[in-house]
Order: sequence, then C-alpha cells, then structure tokens
Amino acid sequence: MSETVQETHEIAATHTAAHGAAVHHHGPPTGFIRKYIFSIDHKIIGIQYLLLAMLSVLVGMLLSVLMRMNLTWPGTSWPLLEVLFPVGAAGGVMTPEFYLSLVTMHGTMMVFFVLTTAPQGGFGNYFLPIQVGADDMAFPNLNMLSFWVTFVGFMVLVLAAFVEGGGPTGGWTGYPTLSAIGGKLNVPGMGSAENRWMNGQSLWVVSIAIFCVGSLLGALNFITTLLNMRVRGMSLMRMPLTCWSWFTTAILALLAFPVLLAAGVLLLLDRTMDTSFFVPGGLSDGTRVLTEYNGGSPILWQHLFWFFGHPEVYIAILPGMGATSHILSTFARKPIFGYRAMVFAMFAIGLLGFFVWGHHMFLSGMSPYTGMAFSVLTLSIGVPSAIKTFNWLGTLWGARIRFTTPMLFAIGFVSLFVAGGITGLVLGQTSLDLSMHDTYFVLGHFHLVMGVAAIFGMFAGTYFWFPKMFGRMMSERLGKIHFWPTFIGVYAIFMPMHVMGIVGMPRRYASFQEYEFLRSLDPLVMFVTIAVVITVAAQFIFWYNFFWSIWKGEKAGDNPWEATTLEWATTSPPPHDNFGGVAPIVYRGAYEFAVPGAPQDYVMQTTPDAEQNEIRQVGGIGVTGNGHNGHNGHKH
Amino acid sequence: MGRALAVFLWLMTLASVWMFMSGRWWFPPSITEHGPAYDRQFILTMIIVGIAFSGAQIGLGYVIWRYGARRNERERAVYSHGNNRVEMICTALTAVVFIGVGVMGQQVWAQLHFAKAPAGSTQIKVTAQQFQWSFHYPGIDAKFGRTDPTLVNDSAANYTGLDEASAEAKDDVVVPILITPVNRPVELIMTARDVTHSIWVPPLRFKQDLVPGLNISVHFTPVKTGKFELACAELCGQQHYKMKSFMLVLPERDYREMVAMPPAQFRTRMTELVKAYPLGITAQ
Repeated sequence: MSETVQETHEIAATHTAAHGAAVHHHGPPTGFIRKYIFSIDHKIIGIQYLLLAMLSVLVGMLLSVLMRMNLTWPGTSWPLLEVLFPVGAAGGVMTPEFYLSLVTMHGTMMVFFVLTTAPQGGFGNYFLPIQVGADDMAFPNLNMLSFWVTFVGFMVLVLAAFVEGGGPTGGWTGYPTLSAIGGKLNVPGMGSAENRWMNGQSLWVVSIAIFCVGSLLGALNFITTLLNMRVRGMSLMRMPLTCWSWFTTAILALLAFPVLLAAGVLLLLDRTMDTSFFVPGGLSDGTRVLTEYNGGSPILWQHLFWFFGHPEVYIAILPGMGATSHILSTFARKPIFGYRAMVFAMFAIGLLGFFVWGHHMFLSGMSPYTGMAFSVLTLSIGVPSAIKTFNWLGTLWGARIRFTTPMLFAIGFVSLFVAGGITGLVLGQTSLDLSMHDTYFVLGHFHLVMGVAAIFGMFAGTYFWFPKMFGRMMSERLGKIHFWPTFIGVYAIFMPMHVMGIVGMPRRYASFQEYEFLRSLDPLVMFVTIAVVITVAAQFIFWYNFFWSIWKGEKAGDNPWEATTLEWATTSPPPHDNFGGVAPIVYRGAYEFAVPGAPQDYVMQTTPDAEQNEIRQVGGIGVTGNGHNGHNGHKH
Repeated sequence: MGRALAVFLWLMTLASVWMFMSGRWWFPPSITEHGPAYDRQFILTMIIVGIAFSGAQIGLGYVIWRYGARRNERERAVYSHGNNRVEMICTALTAVVFIGVGVMGQQVWAQLHFAKAPAGSTQIKVTAQQFQWSFHYPGIDAKFGRTDPTLVNDSAANYTGLDEASAEAKDDVVVPILITPVNRPVELIMTARDVTHSIWVPPLRFKQDLVPGLNISVHFTPVKTGKFELACAELCGQQHYKMKSFMLVLPERDYREMVAMPPAQFRTRMTELVKAYPLGITAQ
C-alpha cells in the first residue's frame, strides 16, 4: 500500500514539475487586447462568459416583461414599442407572431446564453483551475476560442431577432415541421421559398449550431484540466463539490451538444436545401402538395433535440448544486453532510439524465410502451435529487449559520430546487401528462427548477466569489435588499402557474381571450404580471451593486469568508498564474470546518497538518476519501 | 435574518398549499370514463408532492431558525461528515415512494393506449391544419370515403382531400366540430396536414399530438353530454392561440339521428346544436 502511495506521489510530483514548467508558456500579456479581449487567461475568459450571461439575462428578462404585458393587457398600444419594433408592433400593439418571437428569443437566450454560459463557462472557467491548484486550463487557446465561438453564436441570435421578416417563431424547441417548412406556409419569421437563409428561423438554427461548437470545446477543456492538472495531494475525493459539478456537467455537455449540433445541421438542410430529414411526404399547404418532401419524421427531431435537451437541464442546474453545496458548508461552518453521497448523487443524476428524454414526448406519437419505460426511469431520477436535498439539510443541522448574502441565495436555491423539482413527480407520469402536457404547470415546474434555482446558484456564486474575482466585496446591504424581493417574487410568479396549468392554460398562447375556460384565471394572470414587474425591477439593484462594487466596493482580503478551498489560498484577485509560481500542496478534504482542536473553526486545504505524517498515511491521488479518512490526525 | 427567512419559508408553504387546496383553481369536472381514475391518481400524487414539499420547506425553515450563529459566538458547529444510516433510510424511502407512484401512474395510460379501441367504437377521422380542425364522419354506411392530399383545396373548402367522387364519400361529412355520442367508446384517427398540432379538451383529461405523416389512433369514452372548448396545445404558428373549436357530446339517439342525415342537413343540425348547447356539462 505505502509503495503504491509513494509511487503515486512521485507521479504527482513529476506532473507538478512538468506543469510548473508550463507556467512559462504564457506570461502575463501586456497589451489591452491580449489582456482583456482575446485573452487566454481562464480568469478573464470566465469574466467574459459572466458578462455575456449578464447581458443575455437582461435581454431575456425584458422579453418576459413584454410577454406578460401582452398577456395581461392584450391589444393595448405601447408607444415605445412602436419605435423599437415598427413591424412586430405596428401601432404599438404586439402581433401574435411578435409574441411568438418573444417566446422563442426568451427561451433561447435564457437556456443557452445564460443557464449554460454563466454557471459553467463563467464560474467553472474561473474557479475550476484555481480550485484544483492549476495555473490555467489545459488548453488556453481552445478556451479563448470556445468563448469567442459562443459570442459569435450570440451575435447571430441577436441578428435573427432583427432580420427582415421578424424574429424566429418556432419556440426554443424548434419543432419541425413548423420550423422546417414554416416559410412555405407563410408563417412570419420563418423566411419563404425564396428567402431560405437570411430569416429569423434559419439564423436561429445557425446560432444554436455555433453555440454547440463553443460548448463542446469548453467541455473538452474542463475534463482534461480536471483529470490532468490537479495539484499534489488533490485527490478526486478531496475536490470541492463545485469541481465535481463542473466535471459532471462537462461530461454531459461533451455527449449532448454533438447530438444537437447534428440535429441543427439537418434542420438547416431541410430549411435551405429541401432535404427531408424531418418532413414527411404528402403534406399540403391548402393549394398544392409539398412534393419536394418525402420520408422524413418530425418525431426524429424531438428525439435528437431532447436527447440533448434533457441533459441540458442538468447542465444548467448541476453547477448550481455544486456552488450551493460549497457555499452552504462554508457559511454553516460545518463539513458537508455525506460528501461521497453528494458526488455519487451528482453522477447518478448525470447518468440517468441521458435515459429520460422521452418524458418530453409522451404525447408526441411515440410508442406508448416506450413512454412507460421513460416514465419509470424519470421518477427514479428523483432519488438522487432527494439525496442531495437531505444532505443539504443535514449540512445545516447543528450548524452555526452565518447569514451572508451568498448564503441566503444558497438557501434559496435549496428551497426552489425542492419546489420546482418535486412537481416532476406529476409530469413524469404518463397518465398525468395527458392533461398537464404543454400547460402552464410545465412552465411553473421548469422555471422554478432549471431557471430560477439555477439563477439563485449563480447569484450565490457571484456574491461569494466576487471578492476573489475583483478584490473587493459586494455590498452586503444591497445584496440583502436584492435577495428579499427576488426570493418572494419568484415564488409569486411561478407558484400560481401550476394552478393555471391544472385549470388547463396552454403555453405559448399569445392571448387567452378566446377561451371561456380560462376566464377564472384572469386575476392570477394579473397577479403574476405585477410580481414579474417588481421582481425584474429588483434585479437592477444587483447590476448596480455589481458594477459599483468593482470600483468602489470595500477592499477584500485573501479569504474574507474564512473558507477552506484553494481559491482562498491565493491573493484577491489571483495573479496571472494563480498561485504566484508556487504550486500549493493539498493536505485534506475541501470542507474541514469546526474541526475539534484546530486553532480556528476552519482548516484550509493547504494548511499542513500538525502531524506531518498524515499525507503519507492516507494521501495520494484517487485513493482517499474526503470523509473520515481525510482527518485521522484529528480523530486520535 | 435567518429567522425572517424561516418565517417566510413557512408562510410561503402555507400560501402554496392553500392555493392548491382552495378549490378556486382546479380542473373542470371530468366527462370521460377514465376521468375519475385520472383525478384519483392526480390527487394521490399531489398529496405526496405536498407532503414532500412542505416537509422540506418546513425542515429548511427549522434548521435556519435553530442553527443561526449569534454574533461573536465562540461555540463551533457539530463536526460531522454525515450519517450513512440516515442516508440509506431516506434514499430507500424516496425510491419506494417515487417509483411506486410512478408505476401506479401508468394505469390510466395503459387503459387508453395499450388496448385497441373496443369493437363498435364510433370512428372519426381528424385532420389538423393551420389553424383549424376538420372532423370527418363516415355517414350512415360507416365507411370513410377515400382521401388524397392532391385533392386538398382550401378555396373549395376541401380541407382533408376527400375524394367526393368515391362511393363511400357520398354520405361523408367533414365539419370543424367534434361531435360524439355519450357512453360509447370513440376512436379518433388523427393526422396533421402541415405542422404538428395537439388536440386538447380539458374535461376529457386527454391530449394527443397530431403529427404530419402519421395516423395516430386514440380512444376514450365520454360519459357526460354537453359542449366543451377544444384547443390546440402544440405551437403551430402565429394563430396557434386561436385554433379553437368545440366538442359536442350528444345523447346517443341524437347522435344516431344526426349521422343518418345527408351532409347538408347534418351541417344545419350541427350549427343549431352548437348554438343551443351552453358551455359545460348538460344535465341529462
């Protein structure tokens, strides 16, 4: 045993040495462009991703305000809108196709450019290398490329919104045949028989495909960095749970995005070259048979899309789980409850996430037996999700909680994750989906769990890591003023959507005025809209706090939260190579709080143990666990 | 701050539970044979959801109320890395409840989708297009006339491509209203002409996509007469929100009488009935 450990250490040492040499590959750049624009520093790239997400979330949020305005006061003329969108809102009144382009752009912006970029590309990029003790990502140039490819995808999406003929109207799921032949059916935003390329829907597909490429490159980098560049003593089971979450997410992204990329290319071919991947023969536009198509299947797209789309839900939420675990433990001043179980639960969620995509398709015309299999698998994914919730509560049990702003948002994450996730028990059942499918119940469910909970993970991460990223604290006072209306607001918005769904309100409707059975919901529709306006307004407190604090915030020390992991063992902000040329050595697991006998209530991963033999006894890469084995020294 | 958050969590839990239990916003009463079984499964699931939701929120409120650090507190948190026993018990319990309820949740589904429509079901063909519905009744001979997409001609109001020259088509009628008899199994044979649509009548507790290129056959048995709103539930284009129609469930005698009528008379009768029936279930 000890020989093996010795050997592992030699390998680790060699690795560190080789890696140490790599530090000199790129010294700190001096020019503005290489430093801040085309930077290969993972920290700058991380901030670039964060800023992109902050821009996208602003757009996505304002789009949702417009949608609510149209739903609550249909037919009203909004003079400002006429100035901004003279076609989509002629006379200031939103057209139904304008509403659909809002729906599509909101979903696409939020899912791709917020939920996928910030948690992984943003925080993951910045903190994964630091938390494993590396000086940068494994492939810094690839890292730069992945951001700029993503940015091009973003620009194409913006172009799609403003191109002649209106923005894309196919929804963020882009179901064919609508998304494929919509132009020939004169659906606005879908182009026409002549205009195949420069229209909202085609550009939407191009944007998504570009985004897939960017995410793929990022995923490769994350996986390689985590597996190969951990510093001496950083065994897998000593990694912070954030690293586990980014690692799992990267694996999901690596396997899911290529499928969407392929689907996107096929859809684009259907749109531009009249191929028939997703379009069957025998369709009619009311005057002629669309003889150019034959043999395709609209359901094929749904399989490809959701094979990506369901793992995508976990791509959005897993980093939030990681950040929440990390922050809960830090401010509970207590080790994480069931570290190993947390790691396994995360992997179980990731793995099962690939076998449940069919629950989006129970009513699609897919075989009902297949639907049943997907249904039972779907409900089993609740088990690892529940494990995580128990462990978060277990972490808080017997804690000494410090209610800082990041902690409030982390607690909010737990609450919202439960509230949103638990209704999966309803939607996951084939029988109950017969009524609930495509209603506001679904909107309430996924907005709480993958939208708002994930956003709370990002808020928690921003307030928590801001001092490390910018060397200054964000205002705690403003942070708390931001937290309360946000937390109350999101419940006020999304809880009522569940009962709207039970009554039967269908999603993606530009107006509810046509149906008598929806009349009883009018007061709730109004209530939700008011809640949206207040909640959105409260977000400007966050933006103000963010930018004000970059320049004016109180100066932060290296470790303002008295936390344990490697990012807090370097300066704020960290130097170009993260640790000033000296690779840290890790002696213990990530969450050693309240260790009996230790001089303070936290012991950093880099603090050498009083008994120096500890690392020889149980250290070694991939051998030890974070749990009890990590601290034999203290137990004796 | 911690205590305020705990109180908020509890109040939010109460408000949420009230919203679901108040009965102000709930399903319309069901009108199908499988409706009561659906409603039972829904309520059972919502009870489990409610218990799990409330338990977690109340528990979360409790720990943050109880374990907040006081200013300058010296005492440390409990040093523990977890408890495998508690972990195992909770996991096993969740697995049994979640998967158990999931298996139960296949019952209505199986009843509707695993069995073919019973012999003697009333057959109706459904064709969806942007942005209207066509329901095709076979008439007194109970045989559908031939349809062919090359015959589709919207300006001549031939939305389904019915070959009016074929012998079986003489007594066929295609109208935008779904009319069924009560207490008889109904089989819908559904397709879409252009893009994917979805048929959605809330009191039916039933929804199904209509997919271009596929003929999807479904069945159910209405058990209440009345007139109900019928909507499209799959995004199908700019007028999606207006793709509205009605479902009319008639006493069986009225239905038989109607399908025996020649097409023109059928249409007149239909218009009268749609006007005569108020929305909702009618007492028999």
